This record gives sequence, C-alpha cells and structure tokens, in this order.
Amino acid sequence: MEPLEEKYIDPQPWLDKNEKPFLEIRSVTKKFGDFTAVDKVNLEIYKGELFCLLGGSGCGKSTLLRILAGFETATEGSFFIDGVDMTQIPPYERPVNMMFQSYAIFPHMSVEKNIAYGLKRDGLSKPEVKTRVEEGLKLVQLSQFAKRKPHQLSGGQQQRVALARALVKHPKVLLLDEPLAALDKKLREKTQFELMDIQYKLGITFIVVTHDQEEAMTLSTRIAVMNQGKIKQIGTPTDIYEYPQSRFTANFIGSINIFEGIVKESLSESHVVQSEETQCDLLIDRDSSIHTGEKIGVAIRPEKIHLSREEPDKQDFNTLRGKVLDFGYIGNLSVYNVKLPSGKMVKVSSPNQNRYSKHRVTWDDIVYLTWEPANTVVIL
Amino acid sequence: MNSKRNYYILTGMGFGFAFLYIPILLLMVFSFNEAKVTTRWSSFSLKWYQALLENDAIINAALISLKIAVISATIATIVGVLAGIALVRFKKFKGKTLFSGLMVAPMVMPEVITGLSLLFLFVAMEELIGWPDGRGMTTITIAHITFCITFVAVIIQSRLQGMDESLEEAAMDLGGRPIRILFDITLPLITPAMISGWLLSFTLSLDDVILASFVSGPSSTTLPLVIFSKIKLGISPDINALATLIIGIVAIGIVIAAWLMNKKEKAYQRDIQMAVAQNE
Repeated sequence: MEPLEEKYIDPQPWLDKNEKPFLEIRSVTKKFGDFTAVDKVNLEIYKGELFCLLGGSGCGKSTLLRILAGFETATEGSFFIDGVDMTQIPPYERPVNMMFQSYAIFPHMSVEKNIAYGLKRDGLSKPEVKTRVEEGLKLVQLSQFAKRKPHQLSGGQQQRVALARALVKHPKVLLLDEPLAALDKKLREKTQFELMDIQYKLGITFIVVTHDQEEAMTLSTRIAVMNQGKIKQIGTPTDIYEYPQSRFTANFIGSINIFEGIVKESLSESHVVQSEETQCDLLIDRDSSIHTGEKIGVAIRPEKIHLSREEPDKQDFNTLRGKVLDFGYIGNLSVYNVKLPSGKMVKVSSPNQNRYSKHRVTWDDIVYLTWEPANTVVIL
Repeated sequence: MNSKRNYYILTGMGFGFAFLYIPILLLMVFSFNEAKVTTRWSSFSLKWYQALLENDAIINAALISLKIAVISATIATIVGVLAGIALVRFKKFKGKTLFSGLMVAPMVMPEVITGLSLLFLFVAMEELIGWPDGRGMTTITIAHITFCITFVAVIIQSRLQGMDESLEEAAMDLGGRPIRILFDITLPLITPAMISGWLLSFTLSLDDVILASFVSGPSSTTLPLVIFSKIKLGISPDINALATLIIGIVAIGIVIAAWLMNKKEKAYQRDIQMAVAQNE
C-alpha cells in the first residue's frame, strides 16, 4: 500500500509563477465558413494535469480537442507541447493520442492487435511491442481478453481497450472525448475513479472533453467552461462552483439563485444591496471592486440557504419570507421551490437528516430563508 | 374477419409468385422434353443437354463471357473502389461535384447511347493509333469496365458514408500514414462492399446484350449474344437446357451464401450477448 500522504498530494502548478505550462494554446480560432467554432482560445495546461473542457453541445470543446489531435487545422493561432510548435505537424507524428467517444476500436482486429497497432507504427521491435501490449492489458485489467474480438466485449471493456490503445504509446498528452458518455450510470461512477487512478499512476497529462458537469467536477484538477467557442472561466472545481465569474458559469454549473440589486451602502466589512426581488436588504462581504450605486447580481446556491418554518430572531438582512410552491423528495435531500411575495422563485435544497421529521416542510407552508453573507457571490 | 383477410393475402401472394416463377418452371420442365417442339410435351429425355455439350459455339461463347466477366469485374472493382474513396473521404477538391456527377451519369445513360459512343471511340482509335485491332473480347471488356465502375463506386460510397470515420482517424492518431490506413483499416472494413460490387459487376457483364452487340466483333461473341441470335431463328430446346443449368448453379450459390451468412450472423449475435452477460 502506498502511504496516504503521497497519494493525496494536490499540486497546483498553475499557481506557481516559475512553472512553465506543458501545453500552451495561443489564440486559436477555428472557422467553418461563417461559423466560428473556436474563438481566440488561450489556455495553459501544466504537466500531469487532468484538465476538463466543459460545455454544452456545439460550444467548440470537441473542435478544440480535434485541433489538438490534428484532425482539424486551426484557422488562426498556434499551440505548443513541451515548447514545440505543433500547429503544422500531421496527426500521425504528434506526441498526442486520443480516445474517441465512439472508442473507434478496429472491429476486424483482436484486442491485442488493436493495442499493438500504434506501437507497430512506431517501428518498435516485436518483443518490445509484446511487452508494452501486456503492460497495457494489465493496466486496464483485460489480460484474459487479449485474443477476443471487439464485438465480444461489453461497453465498459471496449472503453478500456480504447484507453489502453492510446496509453501504450506513452503520449505526452492524452485527449479524451466524452470518455464515459456511453456507459451507464453505475459503471460511469466506477470508471471515473479508475481513470483518475490510471492518470495518477502514469502522470500523463489528460485533457477531457465532457458535457457532464458532475464528471468534470469529480475528475479534474482544473476545468475550462466553454460557451459559443469562448472560454468563460478556468479554475479548479471548487473555484468554478463557489466563485462563478459570470451568469453563464453560475447557471451552467449546478443551480443558483440570482437576486438583481443596487449597492446602497458600503460599510467597513460589507456592502448593503437593495433588491426589488427581496423584501429586505442583502448583505454581502466587502469587495474593493464594488462601488456604491452599482448594479449587481447577488448569487447564492440552493444548498447554502437555510430553510425553516420558525421565524428567525434577526430579520435585518438576508432573510426572505416565502411560500413553498413545490417540493421534490430526492432521498438524501429535498428540493424546494419557494415563491417570494415579489413573484421571484427561490430554489432551496436541504439534507434529510431525520427519517421522520415532525417539522417536515410541505406545500403551501410559509418558510423563512436565511444565509451567511460569506456564502454569496457577486455577479456583475 | 382475420381468416378472411389471411385468405386474401394468401391468394394475392400465390398469384404473385405464380406470375414470377411459372414461366421459369415451364422452361425448366421443357428442357427435359424429348420433342423438338418446345410447347408440347412428349417424354422425358436428357438429349438436349447432350446437344448443348456438343455445341461448340455455345460452350465457347460461355467461356468468353466468363472470362470477360471476371476481368471486367476485377478491374471495375479496383477503379470503382478508388473512385468511391476519393468521393467520400477526400476533403473538398476542385471539381468534386462535377466528378461525382460524372461518376453516376453512366448509370442513368441509356445503354444504347453508351454502346454507340464506345463503338465510335473504338473505330476512331483504330484509325488513329491502330488499337484496338478490330473488335472482340478487348473492346467488350473495356465497355463492361466503364459501365461497371459506376455501380462499384456507388456501393463503396454508401458503405463509406455509413462507416464511422473515427476509425480512420484513430489509426492516424496512432501513427498510421494515410496509405497504410487505406490497407490496414479502410479496405478490410469495406471488403463486403467490394465483394458485392464485384459480384454485381460480374452479373452485369455476364448478361449484357446491348453494349456487347455494339462492340463485339465476328471473332468473339458472348453467351447472351449467341442466345439472342439463336432465338431469332426459333426457340430450340437446348437453350432451355442451358437456362436450366444456369438457374441451377445460381440457386445453389445463393443457398450456400445465405446459409453461411446466417451462421456467421448467429455467431456474432451470440458473442455480443455473451459479452453483455459476462459483464453483469
């Protein structure tokens, strides 16, 4: 067993000023006719990262990945891996491998031959190909399936063949296009952790494209949220979730309540925000970039709101009164839609700590919503 | 109500199949007819089969037809495959639309016109460069190749369009150069389409009358031409015998092919089910 301390090192090379990025994308643009699929994207990815490109369909994440693999040529811009300009290098000469969404396993070759294909193209000697294939099979726990044909494998096994085939080439960067999308939910969760484990063991830089935010949150060291060909925000899963910088990111990742308001007063440690959507003023932590009179959005995640039927003592700030319009029991938690007198709907979720709560909130109950100022995010 | 509808369906089906197969059955039955008159039965005999084997003109024509069919199907498949790949897999090149239009044009062109234009071409070429020397097997083969390329290219095209393009991309990603990928990935995966293209070309060539009648010469005629010219002089029962033989061979071929395919498909389905079951 490896010591725990060693396993859970969480390096953050992007915070280190002396660290050089391993993969550098410099204002890459891709146009298909009039349509701009990727719009002046700049990215710096560090060695050993598990980086996620997250976005809805058509946001340009897959196109960006295909540019990195070499299947599309960037209309403008360039990118570097380990200091070498890759823009003009054909796909078969790039130190990059890709795992396709469809897995793209060659149906007419056995598992073994599939994995050996890339090694043979590199001109490795027969015994070396053999050892590398065995290593690869062992890594993904498919040794006993070496002689099988792809159609004799289940979806999860096929996914692992595709992974092994790309990994045995020892690429500098591994690109994964929706690696888990074709698996069912239980298997997806299991495979997620396997993938992280393999990535940690090999130390290869992974770039994962996904539309699934949960997947991105679990897997990645950092996430780039993309929309309409542009990167909206780059950060660790925590950054992205707790400190969304735009309305798009805030709404795309999880759910959030945004109250529109005007900064009424700036105090020594906080600002007071007046909002027509709430009855009382909202208190937020002091931020030097916010000025009195400015129009801002105060955002708060549903699980950070406390919901109660009892009236709280202090009602000066951050206390809303509303009626439960709807609620959903999910098992571990319940989700409520609370309607404020202004008509604004607020989403609240709270854990079901007790099995039979006498004070269970139900339809048409009048409830009070409160939260700590520190849990809000300001969105301009 | 239901039984009544079944009755209608069965009657309709009976008439349909009777219309299709009674003529063929009659032809086969009368090939064993002793009498010279093809429309009246006298007694069972194999004498027309014997006559057929002794008829050198028909045997020769059959051999020439087979030769032409094999050669033209093979060349048409090679060229047609390349054209199909160029049409689907190549990035946009100048004149791609024109090329793909020209590719399918011979399919809709009346064969009479194709035949006539080829005849003009061959005559003009013979005058200019002395080749082809007269008309015969070479000219028929060339005519059949030009005609069959189209069909092969269309079959290959539709197969490639249905194929996951990421297979070829994956091979390239793993370090395969384009020519290698053609032989390692693309060709093995379109083999079934290539086989059906070849078979289609083979049959098209084997029973072509129109093109052959324009570009054939006195030195060599194909089987369909011989049959056609014999019919003009009145139907002789040895043609019935020939037809029965051909039908027999084709039927056996189809039955074997269907049996093999069915076996393979069943094994394939069983493998998939086993893979899924094992995973649970």
